[in-house]
Amino acid sequence: MYKAIITVKLRPSILDPEGKAIEHALQSLEYTQLSGVRVGKEIELTVDAPSREEAEAAVDTACSKLLANPVMEDYTFALEEL
Amino acid sequence: MAGVKFGIVVFPGSNCDHDAYHAAKHVLGERAQFLWHKESDLGGVDVIVLPGGFSYGDYLRCGAISRFSPVMREVIRHAERGGHVIGICNGFQILTESGLLPGALLRNASLKFVCRDVHLRVENAQTAFTSQYAQGQVLRIPVAHGEGNFYTDDETLKALEDNGQVVFRYAEADGSVTDAANPNGSRSNIAGIVNEQGNVLGMMPHPERVVEDLLGSADGLGVFASLVENIAGTVPALS
Repeated sequence: MYKAIITVKLRPSILDPEGKAIEHALQSLEYTQLSGVRVGKEIELTVDAPSREEAEAAVDTACSKLLANPVMEDYTFALEEL
Repeated sequence: MAGVKFGIVVFPGSNCDHDAYHAAKHVLGERAQFLWHKESDLGGVDVIVLPGGFSYGDYLRCGAISRFSPVMREVIRHAERGGHVIGICNGFQILTESGLLPGALLRNASLKFVCRDVHLRVENAQTAFTSQYAQGQVLRIPVAHGEGNFYTDDETLKALEDNGQVVFRYAEADGSVTDAANPNGSRSNIAGIVNEQGNVLGMMPHPERVVEDLLGSADGLGVFASLVENIAGTVPALS
């Protein structure tokens, strides 16, 4: 069994208006050293697979089919053995 | 029996399904039926309507979960056979998620839900969905969405423009296309597109909400009437 932590974010080429709005708020709080805000989401799930390779393959196809939309989003994930 | 049979898909969270049914059945006098999203039989309909709403609560991404509803397998088959499909608002989002139309609908650039009348310029009046309009005609139709910001990469955008697949563009009342007339940040003010074959339309504005004068305008009726004009003559009558 593995736990997968998946991060989905808008692709770098796509303007992230929510990130921009947060960045403006940070600037107005005088956090001038913070910039480049991008907002994404984290999805956690467990994978019942006999090996790390098979767990990776299952999560990868689930990401490309459903969890992320490759037209606008990139994803990364990390696996942790349970 | 002549005429056109509309099938309006109902997902959990659809809320413009009855408006589309009303437009087809009561205003145009055509046949119409609802199709629950668990159905795998389309009942011989000619036109599939994927209506507006918040299917599955917009969880994950708008349209992402509906796209895997059982009925969508048949909708995709229907489209691949050349059958007509129209996706309005949430329906447009489902069509891009399912790959029947290119691109994606991002969060509005303003981050706000926009609910108001907009002006649309008819960019291609030669489609099965727009033949009742004149090229360049300006329509007034409401939008109501938080994720209608049409995005696609440069290459796909160019192909859409070159093939005449851009059907509606957000415009001013005089038809000029300006940034101020763009309610959501869509690339090139795109409000509606068809696929390359021309049998699948997706649009963010709601033509089904303006189909008779009682509703304030009948500017949207042309979309449904165009389908009747184009299909009734060519599709064999169904019993």
